[in-house]
Amino acid sequence: MKQKLVVIGNGMAGIKAVEELLDRNPDLYDITVFGDEPHGNYNRIMLSPVLSGDKTMADIMINERSWYTEHGITLHAGSPVTSIDRQQRTVTAEDGTSASYDRLLIATGSSPFIIPVPGHDLPGVVAFRSIADVDAMAAAAAEYSRAVVIGGGLLGLEAAAGLLQRGMTVTVIHLMDCLMERQLDPVASALLKRSLEERSLTFAMPAETKAILGSERVRAVALADGSEVAADLVVMAVGIRPNIALAEEAGLHVERGIVVNDTMQTYDPRIYAVGECVQHRGQTYGLVAPLFDQSKVCANHLAEIGYARYAGSLTSTKLKVTGIDVFSAGDFSGGEGAEEIVFQDAAQGIYRKVVINDNQVQGALAYGDTSDGAWYFQLMRDGTDVSALREKLMFGHGGSGEAGLGGETGTAALPGDAEICGCNGVCKDDIVTAITAKNLFTLDDVRAHTKASSSCGSCSGLVEQILASTVGSGYAETPSVRPLCKCTAFSHDDVRRTIIAQNLKTIPAVMRFMDWETEDGCAKCRPALNYYLLCAWPGEHVDDAQSRFINERAHANIQKDGTYSVVPRMWGGMTNPKELRAIADVAERFDIPAVKLTGGQRIDLLGVKKEDLPAVWRDLNAAGMVSGHAYGKALRTVKTCVGSEWCRFGVQDSTSMGIDLEKMAWASWTPHKFKMAVSGCPRNCAEATIKDFGVVAVAEGWELHVGGNGGIRVRTTDLLAKVTTEDEVKEYAGAFMQLYREEAHYLERTAPWIERVGLGHVKERINEDAGGRRTLFERFLLSQKYAQSDPWAEGAEDPPEWTEIRPLAAAE
Amino acid sequence: MEWQRICDLEDIPRLGARTICLAAGPIALFRTRDDRVFALLDKCPHKAGPLSQGIVHGTRVTCPLHDMVIELETGLAVAPDEGRAETFEARVISGNVEIRGALTAAAE
Ligand code: SRM
Ligand SMILES: Cc1cc2nc3c(=O)[nH]c(=O)nc-3n(C[C@H](O)[C@H](O)[C@H](O)COP(=O)(O)OP(=O)(O)OC[C@H]3O[C@@H](n4cnc5c(N)ncnc54)[C@H](O)[C@@H]3O)c2cc1C
Ligand code: SF4
Ligand code: FES
Repeated sequence: MKQKLVVIGNGMAGIKAVEELLDRNPDLYDITVFGDEPHGNYNRIMLSPVLSGDKTMADIMINERSWYTEHGITLHAGSPVTSIDRQQRTVTAEDGTSASYDRLLIATGSSPFIIPVPGHDLPGVVAFRSIADVDAMAAAAAEYSRAVVIGGGLLGLEAAAGLLQRGMTVTVIHLMDCLMERQLDPVASALLKRSLEERSLTFAMPAETKAILGSERVRAVALADGSEVAADLVVMAVGIRPNIALAEEAGLHVERGIVVNDTMQTYDPRIYAVGECVQHRGQTYGLVAPLFDQSKVCANHLAEIGYARYAGSLTSTKLKVTGIDVFSAGDFSGGEGAEEIVFQDAAQGIYRKVVINDNQVQGALAYGDTSDGAWYFQLMRDGTDVSALREKLMFGHGGSGEAGLGGETGTAALPGDAEICGCNGVCKDDIVTAITAKNLFTLDDVRAHTKASSSCGSCSGLVEQILASTVGSGYAETPSVRPLCKCTAFSHDDVRRTIIAQNLKTIPAVMRFMDWETEDGCAKCRPALNYYLLCAWPGEHVDDAQSRFINERAHANIQKDGTYSVVPRMWGGMTNPKELRAIADVAERFDIPAVKLTGGQRIDLLGVKKEDLPAVWRDLNAAGMVSGHAYGKALRTVKTCVGSEWCRFGVQDSTSMGIDLEKMAWASWTPHKFKMAVSGCPRNCAEATIKDFGVVAVAEGWELHVGGNGGIRVRTTDLLAKVTTEDEVKEYAGAFMQLYREEAHYLERTAPWIERVGLGHVKERINEDAGGRRTLFERFLLSQKYAQSDPWAEGAEDPPEWTEIRPLAAAE
Repeated sequence: MEWQRICDLEDIPRLGARTICLAAGPIALFRTRDDRVFALLDKCPHKAGPLSQGIVHGTRVTCPLHDMVIELETGLAVAPDEGRAETFEARVISGNVEIRGALTAAAE
């Protein structure tokens, strides 16, 4: 028999949890939902555009009643629950309906706080929370003309703007001298007040409401200073209180909200709670994005998958008043050790402030031009080390050097024919048209429809800006973690952690356990999973060839005409007549049309026919050469210079050092390609300071540099350490590679990885903790024991992958 | 139209592909997880990339050159991409992979 799940509260968080549960395990429960409101489930945040008349009720329904029927859910709408009996495990509603449960989910949300001044219960006094409230306001606007909104926070201002659009004259009464004081500082608040006044909104602030006057209906609001503001409608928007009475009466532990743990369970393990009624790690939330995170975690446990954890959320807010752009996230109140970077252009009404603490963004607010809000929030959420970005922070993402449109402060200023994506030739207009014509809301959507930022990705920031400014003040849910791909809601880190915690050993096992939405995953997640597994279980993991990109399957790079290129390894860039002769012979024997010196100090044979690959490998291998992994997310080249052996300036033997490093690290798989170089003196002819791991010889030893990148966005390395012996160079190199292997996301090079986790973290693990460094190095060597077999050498027995490379014989 | 035997099912790796050159051109034979086989012209509608070298997932393949996703059943590019790769009929009869269409196309 199915278990019984009862949900109290038919609102956004509760029904999100039900939806997620149905996705994960549709057959586990008989579900009953009680809701106080007489509707299906609707998008509460869209009540603001409904009030202003920009949207209708029909637009904002998420689940009509038919949805409940289709999923076999019993809905008691308009039927508030009045008691929970935890002994009998039943709930009872006002109308006497009762239901028994095996598990109970409380999602009662919160109620608007009504200041208990005299007259607060007069007709014409409403809150702003539900469809009923909006109906009442619309009716009043049709009949009367003067409105007062008490409360100058997010909700109050949205109510005021909506009523203004309905033709009422509106006064906002606010207790503080700053509007939205929890999200804004005095400067931004003054700018906001000015632009609202330009729209003929009136403010009384700071001002305290003493009483609401009237007999049959409200007539005016009396203030503490003795003045009166005439009113036919009063909207109270002074805050919300979590609905906890029901839980409290049932004996559950409540403080400001119903107290839950990281799995969204209350003190009674059969009873879960999500949404605004909940208090988690001392925090309550009043925005949808974190509540949806809670709902996902809760669904994971209700579905008996049972590993997800909610660790709290960072939130950002955006005011939904058309034509006014305000963004705010995190803590910008300052505090000890905090520094503020401020930019203000009074003429244009633009103001930005970023608060930095310990080299991380702690809070950000933007007024006027909010196109960088998403970028600030991302930096904050990822805990990115911004020491290198400081100067650029104020000029926004457009100027951060990633965009290639240096100096531009935002995409708003760009002309329609400005090229945004250089790889695919997509202009700003193409993107804007696609967003508006096809109702796109996410970067992924824009990628799919326009191809912008789908190749090298360096224009992602610009595309996000265009998206933000085109979608405007419409709400776009900001996921607090980015999923690995469309097949899952989990992030790279979630997946890596779960693989180890749950001892998962195969791709199907990960997909089953983590509730993948597709049966075989996709071309994005399968290679990532294959890598995460091989990194987690060296020697044990059985490689899945079909989850590797063709280059890694064919040990060669696919070319645009379907032929391949083959690059044999040349240790430290050294070669000899025997190898060169073998390469020349192979080129002739297989009619290879092009032989080229690469930028990585070796030789590329281009245009090899696929069916010739095994024979080419065999011949090169016979001459003592191994694959150069020029195709792999793996160690690529170790570039060297001639060093002290030949060069008149050389202070160390950089060539031998490079060869040693390459012999140690070759054939290792890494999250993205990994390049090294060793220069014999600070003249740095091997360009070590744009490599993932670069070594520069100095008179007393070696400087070790990390996190360089010479590709799409050049980044010079950070100095990690100075060491004296060659063994130390190897130990640091191996430990660094292993840390990168274990922590970076698949397809993240060392440069973005270090920017994400901060150089401090790397130094802590590698420099400051000698024991930890050695263990990392040992783990690296252990995995190398299983990795270092040349794919070319396997050829003698002609393994199945080699057979599969050849075409089938044509039918007789 | 005649069915033509091409190979054993086991010659094609699961979630993988093999190719064969026929008169109609290079043909890619894909095998899904549940052992269904599909035959497509081995040319992506985008820039003729060899679809056989892509990653197979569900009943789709991702082209190795620029990541367009193609439905194996219809040859159609998954929206919002557009284009269609030529398909041929394929079946598995007691472990034998057979196709038809590709040969006749050439004979005409
Ligand atoms: C062959 C070579 C160009 C040449 O003729 O010299 C080359 C060729 C390709 N590079 Fe490169 N890169 C080559 C050296 C470089 C260098 C220079 C270096 O290593 O010193 C760089 C800049 C340094 C760096 O990586 O930081 C370089 C930065 C890139 C990038 C940008 C990486 C980035 O993080 O921004 C890509 C794109 C990618 O990997 O996504 C790329 C991708 C490619 C690909 C694999 C594109 C592809 O997916 O097909 C090209 C393969 C052609 C082929 O079949 O061989 N190649 N590529 C060089 C091979 C070196 C070798 O011996 O292995
Ligand atoms: C006008 C407005 C604009 C907003 N704009 C934004 C925005 O832009 N961005 C953002 O992130 N958030 C916004 N919010 C906040 C967001 O809507 C809430 O955070 C979210 O709806 C809370 O979800 P919940 O499920 O916890 O509560 P609710 O959605 O309120 O759902 C709780 C439900 O439980 C019902 N209930 C209560 N007690 C009982 C009982 N005893 N028995 C049965 N049912 C009961 C209630 O009637 C209600 O339907 C806005 C809110 C409002 C009102
Ligand atoms: S720079 Fe690299 S990726 Fe670009 S065309 Fe040249 S080899 Fe190809
Ligand atoms: S050739 Fe297939 S996606 Fe470009």
